[in-house]
Amino acid sequence: MGRYVLKRLGISLIVVLLVSVISFTLVHMLPGDPAVLALGSEASAQDIKTFRDQYYLNEPVVKQYFIWMSNLLRGDLGDSIAYSRPVLACLVERLPRTISIGLPALIISSIIGIGCGILSAVQRGKFADNFITFLSTVGLGAPQFWLGIVGIYVFGMQLGLLPLSGYVAPSENLGQFLYYGCMPICILSFSLLASVARQTRSNMLEVVNQDYIRTARANGLVERSVIYKHALKNALIPVITTIGLQVRVVVGGSLMVEQVFNIAGIGTLIVSAVNGRDYMVVQGCVFMISLFTVACNFIIDLLYGLVDPRIRKSWR
Amino acid sequence: MPNAIKKNDAPLRDAKRFFHVFFSRGWVTKLCFGMIVVFVLCAVFAPVLTPYTPYEQNLLAMLKGCSAEHLLGTDNIGRDTLTRLLYGARVSLITGLLSSIWAAAVGSTLGLVAGYFGGWLNTVIMRLTDAMFSIPPLIFTMVLSTMVSGSLLGVSAVIGVSIVPSYIRMVNGLVISLRENDYVTAANLIGQKQSVIMFRHLLPNCLASLIVTFTMNVGTAIMLESTLSYLGVGITPPTPAWGVMVSEGYKYLFNQPLVAILPGVCIMLVVIAFNIVGDALRDALDPRLRGKL
Repeated sequence: MGRYVLKRLGISLIVVLLVSVISFTLVHMLPGDPAVLALGSEASAQDIKTFRDQYYLNEPVVKQYFIWMSNLLRGDLGDSIAYSRPVLACLVERLPRTISIGLPALIISSIIGIGCGILSAVQRGKFADNFITFLSTVGLGAPQFWLGIVGIYVFGMQLGLLPLSGYVAPSENLGQFLYYGCMPICILSFSLLASVARQTRSNMLEVVNQDYIRTARANGLVERSVIYKHALKNALIPVITTIGLQVRVVVGGSLMVEQVFNIAGIGTLIVSAVNGRDYMVVQGCVFMISLFTVACNFIIDLLYGLVDPRIRKSWR
Repeated sequence: MPNAIKKNDAPLRDAKRFFHVFFSRGWVTKLCFGMIVVFVLCAVFAPVLTPYTPYEQNLLAMLKGCSAEHLLGTDNIGRDTLTRLLYGARVSLITGLLSSIWAAAVGSTLGLVAGYFGGWLNTVIMRLTDAMFSIPPLIFTMVLSTMVSGSLLGVSAVIGVSIVPSYIRMVNGLVISLRENDYVTAANLIGQKQSVIMFRHLLPNCLASLIVTFTMNVGTAIMLESTLSYLGVGITPPTPAWGVMVSEGYKYLFNQPLVAILPGVCIMLVVIAFNIVGDALRDALDPRLRGKL
C-alpha cells in the first residue's frame, strides 16, 4: 500500500512539473510584449526597461521559468497587470464563487446521474431507459453556453421565474443565492449528469451478466437485493473514475456558465486575462487548475483501491 | 482461380457485415447518419441553396421573424439567418475535419512510436500526454487560440492540439498489446524495417478504433470551435460560425430569439449525430466492443 501510494505520488509530481513547463511555455508563446501591454503604447523606453527588469523579462526564458517556479513554491504567483495585485489574491477572491456553483453541480449530477443510470439499466429498453438515454445524449451534445441562453430565454424572459444573470454569495443570503444560482447550477449539472448516467448504465449492464449475479439469482435472492446489494457495488467502481474526470469538465463548464450568467468567478477571470493578455494571471490560473485536476486524479486512484479489494491486493 | 475469388470475397463480406451491423441499430442511427449527410450537403451546396450571401446586410429588415423572404428571419443588421446557418455548417465541417485529421496524423504516429519502442520514449510521451490531459481542453485551446489569427486554419490547428492526446492514448494502449503478437515477432525475424512493422503491420490493426475515435472527435472539435467562437477567441466575425452567431444573437435575445437559439440547435444536432454514428461504427467495426460505451 505504502509503496503504491508513493509511486502514484511520484507520477503525479512529475505530471505537475510537466504541467508547469507547459503552462509556462504556453503563456510565453502568447503574442505581444507584456511591458507594452501593461504600460500602454505611449510609455517611455525607460519605463519599459524598468518594468522589464522588475519582472525579469530580460532574463533568458529558462531562467525566467526557474524564477517563476521558485516564487511559486513560496506561494507567489506573480502580479496581475490588469488588477495590479497578486494573482493568488485574485484567485482566492474568486474561488468561492466558482466553488459555490461547481460543487453543488458536481454533487447533484453525481447523485441524479447514478440514479438515472441504475434506473435505465434496470428498465433496459423500456420507456424510462429511452427517455434517460435521450436526455443524456442531449446533455452531451448541447453546448453549455447555448443551454444557458435557452434557460435565460425560457425561464428568465418568457416565464419570468428566474433572474437573467447575477450572483449572490451563499454566506450573504442563502435564499438569494439559490434564486440566482439555481439556473447556473442546474445547467452545469445537466451537462455533467449525462456521462455519469451513461457510465453507470453500461457498468450495470455489464455486471448484471456476470456469473456471480446468476449465482445470486439462482440462490433465490430477491431481485432488489441482487441489484442493489451485489450488482451496484461493483458497477459503481468505474463510476468513481468518471466522477473524478468530471472535475475537469466542471472547470471548463463553470467557465461557460460564469460567462453566460455574468458571475465573477475563476472562469471569467481566465477569459478576461486571455483577452487582455494578462500573462501572470493566465499562467497562474492554468497551473493552479491543472494542479487541482492532478490532485483529484491522485485521490481517485487511492479511492479506487480503498473501494475495490482486488485492486488493493495488486498494490502489494 | 477459385482461390482468387475467395480472396476477393472477404472484403465484400466484411463490408456487408459492416453495413448490416451499422444500420441494424434502429432508426436513431439511420437518422443521425442522415443528419450528417444533410450537414455535409448543406456545407457543400450553401451558395446554391440560398439567394443571399452571409455578409449581405439589409438595414430595412433588421431582427425580422420568419417570412417568405427570410425563412428563419434576420439578425441585428439584417443578414439572413438561414444563409448564415448554411455557411456556418461550412465553417464547422472544415474546422471539425481539419483539426481531427491533423490530430489523428500526429497523435497516432506519436502513440504508435511510443508504444512500439516502449522504454523511456514511451514514458516521456505518455507523461506529457498525462500533463496535457490535466489541463482542461477549453482553457488550453483558449490560451493557444490567442496565438493564431481567427481563420479556419488557425482555429483548426489549435483545436487539433487539444485533441492530439486522445489519439496518443488510444493508439498507445492498442500498440502495447498488439506488439506482443506473433506476426510482429515474425516480421522482426525476417528483418523487416521497424518503420514497415509499425506503419504497415501495426497501424492497420488500429484502424477500426482510429475511425471510431476520429468520428467522435469531429463532434468534439465542432463543439470546441463553437465554444471558442462564442467566447470571442475562435473564428472572427463576420465569418458566419455558429458560435459567433450565438454570441451576437444573445444581445438581441429578447427581440429575436431565433438568431441565438437556432445555431445552438445546429451545433447540438451535429454533435449528437457524430457521437451516435461513432457509437454505431464501434459496434460495426469491432464486435468485441459491442454494448460498451
